[in-house]
Amino acid sequence: MSMGMSKIVKTVSSVVFPFIVIYGLYIIAHGHLTPGGGFQGGAVVASGCAMLLVAHGSIWTIGKIREKQLSILESTGAVAFILLALLGLVFGTVFFKNFLVGNKFLFGEIPGYLSRVANFNTGGVLPLMNFAVGLKVIAGLFAIVLVMAYATSTFKKGEMEDGKR
Amino acid sequence: MIYNIPYLAVAALILVGLYGVVFKRNLIKMVIGVTLIESGVNLFLITLGYRKGSTAPIYTSSPGGLMSLPVPQALTLTSIVIGVAVLALMLSFIVYIYRHYKTLDARKIGGEDE
Amino acid sequence: MLKRDFAAVIFFTVVAVFFVFAALLTHPFGSPDNPVMDDYIIHNTQTEVGANNGVTSVVFDYRGFDTLGEATVLFTAVAGVILVFRRLKK
Repeated sequence: MSMGMSKIVKTVSSVVFPFIVIYGLYIIAHGHLTPGGGFQGGAVVASGCAMLLVAHGSIWTIGKIREKQLSILESTGAVAFILLALLGLVFGTVFFKNFLVGNKFLFGEIPGYLSRVANFNTGGVLPLMNFAVGLKVIAGLFAIVLVMAYATSTFKKGEMEDGKR
Repeated sequence: MIYNIPYLAVAALILVGLYGVVFKRNLIKMVIGVTLIESGVNLFLITLGYRKGSTAPIYTSSPGGLMSLPVPQALTLTSIVIGVAVLALMLSFIVYIYRHYKTLDARKIGGEDE
Repeated sequence: MLKRDFAAVIFFTVVAVFFVFAALLTHPFGSPDNPVMDDYIIHNTQTEVGANNGVTSVVFDYRGFDTLGEATVLFTAVAGVILVFRRLKK
């Protein structure tokens, strides 16, 4: 796992990876219209990153992105989520108030009752929260997988005891 | 009575998981049991929210008619993510325990030998 | 040791009987007991929240505090995993 798999696997996973990311971002962005949302799309993107990790090995991956950067990304998502909730307290009445619904310019349109048309410019604060939670889930799940793979990849069979790198 | 087969499936999943937690001695197998219990709980929440002949509670190009309950599905979504987080934490603690005790047997770790 | 195994078997049997009877005595599959709150959410998710997806409107608007707790759990899990494995690599 530390050295990666064969060249065929590496090439195919590198080719497939952008499509997985695009699909996950689509699920995140259309979370208020179609089945999906921040958690599901984030899980899809994190699975794509985990596929890249398995194909290329954890040494290569930790050279591309460190777990500290992923941790910062995850904290950014969490702070954005709480900040959106606090803006509901500022502009509206309560915590988690959907303060953007009903305005004219950003995600503010209201679909008609029982309308089946997908209008992207609806949902109020929901798409922004979807993006925040999606960023949080991508960074969190990939940080978990990356740290576990990197910490256990350098162990050989009898090397578990003395803790050599 | 015969309509309660999904609840029986839930009971079977939870009991298989509970068997793994109670009777197995390997920590990895106990973790597998815990995740089976989580799956049973998720299935239970989903089956509670189903209405006969209903569709998903999403209006975009829906065929109309009855919709299933959205709150159990949202709680299941919460439960799945929490399950993943708990699974990752359990597995990392198992790696740590194996480093410290050189074994995965729960009774040897607990200090009571045969 | 044998006493403990006996206690475990007794516990497992009691829980199994409880679960099977509970599964048989729950209300029938496909007809929930009291869906008043869910009907309110289904009928008002387009006019109140403005989203077509009822599940997302529940997750982020009607029950936002649940999602906040879930985000906290995920953050704690990531912090715990990184903490454990940083200790392990030394």
